[in-house]
Amino acid sequence: MRRFSSYRVAAIAGVAASAMLLTACGSDSNSTTTPGTSGSAGSSSSGAAGGSGLKIGLAYDIGGRGDKSFNDSAALGLDNAKKKYNLPDSDVKELEAAQGEAEADKEARLTQLADNGFTTIIAVGFAYADAVKAVVAKYPNVKFAIIDDNSVQAPNLADLTFAEEQGSYLVGVIAALKSTKHSVGFIGGVNVALIQKFQAGFDAGAKAADPSVKLTDKYLTQPPDFGGFNDPTKGETAANGIYDAGADVIFAAAGGSGSGVFKAAKAKGALAIGTDSDQYQSAADDVKDVVISSMLKRVDVAVEKFIDSVKDGSFKAGNTVFDLKAGGVDFATSGGKIDDIKAKVDDFKSKIIDGTITVPTK
Amino acid sequence: MSGPGATGTVNRVGPLDRLRQRYPLRSVLLGLAAPVGAVLFALLASSVILSLGGHSPSHVFSTMLKQAERPTSFVDMVNQAMVYYLSAVAVSIGFRMNLFNIGVEGQYSLAAFGAAYVGGQLTGGGPFHVVIEVLVAMLVGAAWAGVAGLLKVTRGVSEVISTIMLNAIAVGLGSYLLHKLGQSSGNNIQTKPISASGQVAGLSYSGTQAKIFGFLFVAIAVGVAYWFITGRTRFGFRIKATGLNEQAAVASGVNVKRMTLVAMLMSGGVAGLVGLPELLGQTHTFSQTAQSGLGFAGIAIALLGRNSPVGMALAAVLWSFLGKSANQLDFIGVPREIAAIMQGVILLSVVIAYELVRRYRLVLQQKDVAAQLAAVPATAANQAVTA
Repeated sequence: MRRFSSYRVAAIAGVAASAMLLTACGSDSNSTTTPGTSGSAGSSSSGAAGGSGLKIGLAYDIGGRGDKSFNDSAALGLDNAKKKYNLPDSDVKELEAAQGEAEADKEARLTQLADNGFTTIIAVGFAYADAVKAVVAKYPNVKFAIIDDNSVQAPNLADLTFAEEQGSYLVGVIAALKSTKHSVGFIGGVNVALIQKFQAGFDAGAKAADPSVKLTDKYLTQPPDFGGFNDPTKGETAANGIYDAGADVIFAAAGGSGSGVFKAAKAKGALAIGTDSDQYQSAADDVKDVVISSMLKRVDVAVEKFIDSVKDGSFKAGNTVFDLKAGGVDFATSGGKIDDIKAKVDDFKSKIIDGTITVPTK
Repeated sequence: MSGPGATGTVNRVGPLDRLRQRYPLRSVLLGLAAPVGAVLFALLASSVILSLGGHSPSHVFSTMLKQAERPTSFVDMVNQAMVYYLSAVAVSIGFRMNLFNIGVEGQYSLAAFGAAYVGGQLTGGGPFHVVIEVLVAMLVGAAWAGVAGLLKVTRGVSEVISTIMLNAIAVGLGSYLLHKLGQSSGNNIQTKPISASGQVAGLSYSGTQAKIFGFLFVAIAVGVAYWFITGRTRFGFRIKATGLNEQAAVASGVNVKRMTLVAMLMSGGVAGLVGLPELLGQTHTFSQTAQSGLGFAGIAIALLGRNSPVGMALAAVLWSFLGKSANQLDFIGVPREIAAIMQGVILLSVVIAYELVRRYRLVLQQKDVAAQLAAVPATAANQAVTA
């Protein structure tokens, strides 16, 4: 009997909730004409156009600003541009993706930026490809850029991609030269084509520097789970496994999960290589010394150049590849851990630039 | 039921009285108390959090409401709500039988992949193209849930454990199949796009180019079918009876093993539909960036809606409203995570509120009975039977 009546309660409760929601909608929307009670919060959205005419919106991939890797590299480019053009905070807006969100959420994020008056919009990450495709045509006067994708072409869209395999090749060389056990590991954040490109370059570089080197690889998650880009615990577990199996240098192409790899390296007395940003600079102080280098993917350069091009009117639609030659990828030397082998690595670098070495992408 | 006679003696019986008799005022008020209290409490809790963060709660809430009124966000909200609803119905079919199908997540993602793959291979076929896609999705979803059902009835494996494990396997399997059978598009990998005959046209909504998914009608049909089957058929009664008291159900001739398997298959079949509104209405391809987490949202919404077809619809709308309207919060400097906090608080407080109201109702009934026993012993005895 009790169960029965609780079902009825549920039904009535449902109706009640709807009624309440509807009335709440009604009354509040009437009063929204005077949102006078708002404090400081309201100021940022109203932002009148600044003197420079640039209004920049940035849509991050999963992890957002603060991942100390891919997204932070984009954030650095934005910060540089902001400083250069002296933009007030109200002329810059950064939004962040949520794990597992719908396609409509990505579209909504870009639409939201355009609707709020941002006319220079950067989508950080290939996951935005379809969303960008849907949105670019609706805002012909807005200049868009997408990082890591060239599958969409539009007159107001710049596709900014990188030759990650070239930079990864160089850190592969570094790993092999620094490994005393002739065994190196690769940890990818998510098993997607883009990260496989990192691995292809890394493996080729390691083999080139030390043909007898043993290669181990591990991807943290499988798509559609993109959590592997932002899960230090998974990174630490995977790294422990690879170090235990005999490797002593690991290249972590895993975004925000890299910090876990560094922690494992520190605990095992081993070495690690970061990715995208110069992770020696951003790593926690107690693990800094294990980060011997980073594969620099200069998303900051791409973002800043794109903003420059919009500012000075030289915007160019279509694909721009940022490779070793263009300074789009590189290896980091902060910390001085690879000073002894830098000459050798530079030798490989010049060979890639002049075309003597062609780095595989698969 | 809570005895209608308790409200007092009825002299003339008009339509209003009949309504009052069926839904006594006290019962209605008590019913309202739980959800209203929960939502109010959630509003209060999030107001406190917002105030602590230095934001004005009223400005935040009005921003969310304004955002929901914008045509594009409204369409997004409706679309997301129907997806949530399908997921909640799938979960609640299991709930009705005390089966905790946590595997909706894996079931729908494999099903969406299957439908996308088969749909992409087919060309032409007219209306059957969509029908085949829907059937494939339901079959894949049912098959994946059926594994857990079979394990339960033949080996006694708890469906909670097996569906969680099957979720993990589904992710790996889906990823493997996508690599094997998919094609690359830039840095993404996707199935072959579904041609026009296999797509479901959307409904226009004034003020935006965004379309309401045509799957809306399927979601409504699923809701009606769910209401009819669980509430109006012998089969639904058996499911409910098994869920409420398995021994009693067995004693009255219900084959519990068969019911368990059938309930899992039905739950999985509906779960198979979860990925289709977006697949057939918008993306037309299954890619690595397909939406995930819907199966888990479905569990929350089924709980919130208390397995009622209407309650879950309202819960789905509320859930979707909170999620989508939060997008604009970033523009007023408020972290949109506040919406996730509100979702969590509402869910918790609804569960608690229902329990509190149930206890309070019990106390009231006991008081009534006691009072009547003291006054007129004869009526009270009668009352105790109906209460």
